[in-house]
Amino acid sequence: MSSASAVVPPIKSPPIQSDRAASVVTEGRIVRWLLIGVAIVFLALFLVLPLVTVFVQAFAKGWAAYLAAFTEADARSAVRLTLITAAIAVPFNLVFGVAAAWAIAKFEFRGKNLLVTLIDLPFSVSPVVSGLIYVLVFGAQGLLGPWLIAQDVQIIFAIPGIVLATIFVTFPFVARQLIPLMQEQGTAEEEAALTLGASGWHAFRTVTLPNIRWGLLYSVLLCNARAMGEFGAVSVVSGHIRGLTNTLPLHVEILYNEYNFVAAFAVASLLAGLALVTLVVKSLLEWRYADDIAAGARRH
Amino acid sequence: MNGATPTTSRRAHGVTNPIGSSTAIRVEGLSKTFDTAAVLHDLSLDVRAGELLALLGPSGSGKTTLLRIIAGLDFPDRGRIIFGGDDATQVPVQERAVGFVFQHYALFKHMSVAENIAYGLNARKRSDRPARAEIRRRVGDLLDLIKLSGFADRYPSQLSGGQRQRIALARALAVEPRVLLLDEPFGALDAQVRKDLRRWLREIHDRTGQTTIFVTHDQDEALELSDRVAVLDKGRLEQVGTPDEVQENPVSATVLKFLGDTIEVEAIAQDGQVSVDGKLTPVVGKRGLTGPVKLYARPWQLQFAESSEAHLHGTVRSSYRTQGRQRIEVDRTEGKTVVVEASDTARLAAGLPVGLRIVGGYVFAE
Amino acid sequence: MAEPPLRPRRRFRQPSVIPGFGLTFGYALTVLSLIVLLPLAALVLRASKLGFSGIWEVATDPRVASALKVSFGVSLLAALTASVFGFIVAWVLTRYTFPGRKIVDAVVDLPFALPTAVAGIALAALYAPNGLVGEQLAKLGIEAAYTPLGIFIAMVFIGLPFAVRTVQPLIVEIDKEIEEASATLGAGRLHTLVHVVLPPLIPAVLTGFALAFARGVGEYGSIIFIAGNLPYVSEIAPLLIVIKLSEYDYGGACAIATIMLGISFLTLLAINLIQAWSRRRFGYV
Repeated sequence: MSSASAVVPPIKSPPIQSDRAASVVTEGRIVRWLLIGVAIVFLALFLVLPLVTVFVQAFAKGWAAYLAAFTEADARSAVRLTLITAAIAVPFNLVFGVAAAWAIAKFEFRGKNLLVTLIDLPFSVSPVVSGLIYVLVFGAQGLLGPWLIAQDVQIIFAIPGIVLATIFVTFPFVARQLIPLMQEQGTAEEEAALTLGASGWHAFRTVTLPNIRWGLLYSVLLCNARAMGEFGAVSVVSGHIRGLTNTLPLHVEILYNEYNFVAAFAVASLLAGLALVTLVVKSLLEWRYADDIAAGARRH
Repeated sequence: MNGATPTTSRRAHGVTNPIGSSTAIRVEGLSKTFDTAAVLHDLSLDVRAGELLALLGPSGSGKTTLLRIIAGLDFPDRGRIIFGGDDATQVPVQERAVGFVFQHYALFKHMSVAENIAYGLNARKRSDRPARAEIRRRVGDLLDLIKLSGFADRYPSQLSGGQRQRIALARALAVEPRVLLLDEPFGALDAQVRKDLRRWLREIHDRTGQTTIFVTHDQDEALELSDRVAVLDKGRLEQVGTPDEVQENPVSATVLKFLGDTIEVEAIAQDGQVSVDGKLTPVVGKRGLTGPVKLYARPWQLQFAESSEAHLHGTVRSSYRTQGRQRIEVDRTEGKTVVVEASDTARLAAGLPVGLRIVGGYVFAE
Repeated sequence: MAEPPLRPRRRFRQPSVIPGFGLTFGYALTVLSLIVLLPLAALVLRASKLGFSGIWEVATDPRVASALKVSFGVSLLAALTASVFGFIVAWVLTRYTFPGRKIVDAVVDLPFALPTAVAGIALAALYAPNGLVGEQLAKLGIEAAYTPLGIFIAMVFIGLPFAVRTVQPLIVEIDKEIEEASATLGAGRLHTLVHVVLPPLIPAVLTGFALAFARGVGEYGSIIFIAGNLPYVSEIAPLLIVIKLSEYDYGGACAIATIMLGISFLTLLAINLIQAWSRRRFGYV
């Protein structure tokens, strides 16, 4: 350090370019825009384009052809069946999810991790296999088949099978959203309510429920989207009886395989619309209530 | 460019370079605005080669921003940074040869201690990179220096906070920086570890003679550790000097207040002579200072006195002992409460009327 | 008076003042058993009747073997592709600001929300020789629809959100100070990315890859329309299960299902091992 600073002549300091400011922990401008470009093009090609295609194909022959797809009796019964299925499966999983999350998040007991893993299981089972296992239990050659036939109860190739398969594939949605959320919230507030004289049910209703409502709504939304859109599992147990055991996705398949593309895409556009609404509401919830939805990292 | 570290200069604690010794870093007219809030105003500062300089200030005083600008992690709106004789303002952080130690260590969790320390050497271009054996030798030397010789193969998650901070320091020293910059280096540690590390840092500095700047908001830390203290407030440099200088001759009420407990008393100045309650005090202001002023005193610059001798009057509110001293809170008759420090005596009963005499203090021209 | 026992009794549940454990735990366990465990047990039971040799016999049937090969092979490639692009997407979404970033972020979840059958027919229409993209590809001499390439496209579609969403939260959590530390030590940006930023993300990338892979292997709805389902060429294992079922060949269906279940459990196991290793090594997942 031999040279003293006095050697440097004092100059009027020029303003410094502001672009340098962020450069320490990010990439150069060109690399940045290149990567943004790659990401957007990739997403557009693989995700957005298919969605757009649904609507383009649905309206390919105009409004009249589009609307005609829904005047058909089979289409209407498919809508009805899809709504019935979701109306049973979603509340069922809601009640299960809340009960399971209460037991798992608010208490310490042995085998908890195993229980959580088992609840997650349906997510790692192929939809087709999910349908298959119900055929193996309730089908004509299944475990309970002969007995069910004797009782004249039909589950496979009928509505109960469709509902069961849908419950199976959407089983973990509510529970896995609520468990980490309720774990993070702990038990202090409930304990406070109890010391103030509240009953357990009262504490749940007035303390726990308000704390988890956004997470609950979020998970119900995703659960519903999957319930209405499930294809593989339902396809295996439904038997594809037109007007009787066809849900909307199955109806789409039938129309498509009959080369009735406009009708197929018209019905598909209904489901795509549902997906869009789901995405929009989901994103709004995430932007506004991020902390009330999920504990720590976002998961699906 | 002069990148060599003066590793030979060994100095005893407290001996500072004589005025006019070489300047390692000059900060010239630095201004910085974040969004709309100005964090640095036209700040200039010289850092001497081989000194241990503390940047002391409350949070929001701009001290960390100043440190980051010197390192090249932030960029000033105006002003220059001069290293040795070269304008470094436009030099990217990678080429500035600074050693930066972060408050939360910023160790690479997936690398062993040895890999962390060798990181800067391994990151060099092949032509500048020391041979593998040389790197290993240097890592070994640094581990010896920080007294963690057996820890080369551990991972950061297996170390305590104090150990991590020592690794972070060794990592910064490994690249033989022109200046070592430490951002609140002990801020995340508990009290005892903090004290040990302070003393240890001072030892390391005395052994290496490395020019070092560290940021702290803790007066004790700054006064105990540094050769010189630069007191910052609201983005301005209030005062720079040795710990003794800033304590004995603070240039402003801000510096005085920041360095310790302060009592504020309304006073009248008459051509530099300061009196309180009509009685002259030993405090002397600038010649020509006349009119109502504020007199600032340390708790030990007040003494109990007979009513006729006293500048202030009041009653004891409470008293307690701390570290061999007695601290007494006195409610002044005019309403304000002052704290007085006296050598350890018997506890004073609450409500006891007392008189206080000012035996020292400061007035500043506002 | 009896002394209280010194050794704490090992109990099933820690005591708590919060009520409702018996009710909620009992209900959850019952429902779980009826809906998930018993039906899965039926599959295991059926497969155990076949025995290892029975399953092996089905698996080595040329048509089944080729379907399994297609499902696993293409899914591997698709998961790889999804992981690479998923990483770029996750990086861009967390590190850069650009107009429409939030919308792009929302779009990533499209495959989660869009019913698979809808995605399937849309992809088929797009990549068919007369489709918007398929036409362009045909000019280049590339056939996408009704070939393994079509299966690949559908699997990338379905796997992408897994790849993005497992890495994204970890990129958010990267401490910028370690990047600054690297820069002050003289490392250039590329060196910092390769040596400091990427290594801690590898477990998450592997997890995302495994999830996308498992999902691709099991996927049915979005593939069958674009695949063409030619035996030995573009027929996937889940479709073969459906075919066997429609032929009332329950044994064959079970054998394939068992193989697929086995592989997805191995994948799950791998994910857990990766995360356990990552926790040990870095102290986080």
